[in-house]
Amino acid sequence: MDIAWYLVLSAFIFCIGAVGVMVRRSPLVILICLELMLNGANLALASFARMTGTHDGQVFALVVMIVAAAEVVVGLGLIVAMFRNRLPMDVDEMSELRG
Amino acid sequence: MSPAAYGWLVLAFPLAGSILIALLWRSLPGRTAGWIGSAAILLSFLSAVGALVQLQDRSEHERQLTSSLWDYASTAGLDVKLGILVDPLAVFMCLVVSGVSFLIHLYSVAYMASDRGYRRYFSYLNFFVFSMLLLVLAGNFVILIVGWAFVGFASYALISFWYRRRTATYAGMKAFVINVIGDVGLVLAAIILQRDLGTLDLPTVFARAPEVFERNEWLIVAVCLLILVGAFAKSAQIPLHTWLPDAMEGPTPVSALIHAATMVTAGVYLIARMHPLFELAPTAADISAAIGALTLVFAASVALVVTDLKRIIAYSTISQIGYMVMGVSIAAYSAGMFHLMTHAFFKALMFMAAGSVIAAMAGQQDIDRMSGLRRAMPRTFVAFLVAAMALSAFPGFSGYFSKDEILAFAAERGGGYWILYAAGTVAALMTAFYAFRMIFRVFGGEPSEEARELEQGHIHHAEPVNPVTGEPEDTDVGYPGPEHHIAERDREMWIAMSVLMVLSVVGGVLQIPGVTHAIEHFLDPTFADSRFADTNVSGNLEALALVVGGLCSLAGIGLAYLLYVRMPGSTLALADRLRPLHRFLERKWYFDELYGVLVVRPLRALGEWSSTVFERVVIQGMVGSATAAVRTGSTIVRVAQSGLLRYYALLLLAGVGGLALYFLLVSR
Repeated sequence: MDIAWYLVLSAFIFCIGAVGVMVRRSPLVILICLELMLNGANLALASFARMTGTHDGQVFALVVMIVAAAEVVVGLGLIVAMFRNRLPMDVDEMSELRG
Repeated sequence: MSPAAYGWLVLAFPLAGSILIALLWRSLPGRTAGWIGSAAILLSFLSAVGALVQLQDRSEHERQLTSSLWDYASTAGLDVKLGILVDPLAVFMCLVVSGVSFLIHLYSVAYMASDRGYRRYFSYLNFFVFSMLLLVLAGNFVILIVGWAFVGFASYALISFWYRRRTATYAGMKAFVINVIGDVGLVLAAIILQRDLGTLDLPTVFARAPEVFERNEWLIVAVCLLILVGAFAKSAQIPLHTWLPDAMEGPTPVSALIHAATMVTAGVYLIARMHPLFELAPTAADISAAIGALTLVFAASVALVVTDLKRIIAYSTISQIGYMVMGVSIAAYSAGMFHLMTHAFFKALMFMAAGSVIAAMAGQQDIDRMSGLRRAMPRTFVAFLVAAMALSAFPGFSGYFSKDEILAFAAERGGGYWILYAAGTVAALMTAFYAFRMIFRVFGGEPSEEARELEQGHIHHAEPVNPVTGEPEDTDVGYPGPEHHIAERDREMWIAMSVLMVLSVVGGVLQIPGVTHAIEHFLDPTFADSRFADTNVSGNLEALALVVGGLCSLAGIGLAYLLYVRMPGSTLALADRLRPLHRFLERKWYFDELYGVLVVRPLRALGEWSSTVFERVVIQGMVGSATAAVRTGSTIVRVAQSGLLRYYALLLLAGVGGLALYFLLVSR
């Protein structure tokens, strides 16, 4: 099968994630969308690995998964902390770093 | 022990005394600090005597010794050792400095007893003597300059000793600044010598200088002139003399020590020490002699009209140093050093007596306020009289032989040097006049209120006021404290003055023209290489100088007697008649005003211009525009920091997307 289809799917998943990050306000959804972006990239990496017949891309995909796992730990920790402190579940409200 | 070992001991004792008093000051009761300080100087004097004895045991050609402890500074082309040079000149100076200093310490033990800063005073005083001895014994230029600068610091510390007195701290600064001008001259001279001769060791410099420099070559003249800047700053010669009269703000024994007996003679010593260089540069030596002559006339004339007791003596010191500078500059080395010695005796004595008078007057220094103290203070009167007679070169006293020997040598050189002789003679007349002006006005006449009080056995007390500005004194800094000390009551002061009285009278015996030549013979090894070593003053000229000198002295004293005793008040009429001249002298030939116009005011104007125009416009403008630029830049950049997370994500994506697009386009 042509590799282009895989890449198109990967781009679709990445764009859905990116748009989700930009338009949604709930931190939980943003975190899920981030996951989508990462996995879109993973799919591209795996496809290229298949195309070239080497394992480099797959190794990279594994690394990305580890990074994603770590990121989820931090992100969920933050979200739990927000719940505990009864903060609004809206990233637009959390703008204390405005210059 | 060799003379050099004694030389190190001479240095070690005052330094140890200074450090000991400085470290133990909290636990030294009563007058202990004074006695420790005096003992240190006495031991130093005895070591100097030891060096003298050892030196006399050696043959004439082995009387110049060098000794060094360790390397002081050693770099490429520069090898400086912590070394001393012990020769007859150095030992002679050590004896005078430590001997007179010991007596002044002894005097201070009692005189400063009720001062709050008693221990600080003796620590400084010992440090001063150490610095002076280091300067005198220095074996190379670096140690010489170190000692030179130490003396400058010690004088600053002692002049500003009563640090709550505003005028005293200003006087200290003035002395320090002028001394630093001298230091700069000396350092520049040393740098030139190091460059051209490759060494800073004094004996080597003197040996190599004639090989490298032509006689009267401009470079060696420049070196000598730079050395003279140093010598004149320390010795208070025109044009660097203005600090000395102001330096009278310190305690009176300090004036005796620093501004009469020892420190101001450092310049004379320096010229004598550098005589091989000065003989290579006769032009510089002649300039020095001319300035010495000018100074001695100037200072003597100012001393005629000043009314502050200590300042009269200060101007007299400048004048007498002028004689010495003139002497050593015209190669009358032994005569110059002889006058240095006798002057140290009688000037220290005069300051001590003046200190006693000032104590009896409760800090009052104006001679217009003093009169008739003779009956109340018999001992002080005798001491002052002896000092004044020695100062005015009364026949038979020590100053008579030493001063006239310098003048006789000037006459012997002949030609233009006769001008120096004439200047010295005119000044001698004035010297005798102002010396006895002090005697007649302070001790003669009707007893003043203070004198009558003292005759009834009670020292006058008054609210202390600054003798210069008249503002009330802060008594926290000491004298005049609750007790004043006068020679009539304090044994230590009287002992010190008695010894100096004897020395002032008989000191001249060492070198009576045609009879004794003790100092000339002793100093001969140092000055043997001089071109004028064999110049002997002819008997006729010596007799002429002695007769003229004696007549001048008698005439001056007689004139003072006539004006102040026989016709009291006539001087006021005279001052009225000669108002411009009187004003000219009273303003000290307008030297302070001249420096005000030439140096102080331009510098102040420059400072004001810098602080208003340069600082405000240029510096603040630079700083201001830099901050403004940063501020504007940050305002622009701050817009991006909206705090909206999704906006950041958009920017990030746009940035990455933009880059990706760019690279795609480029890779085409």
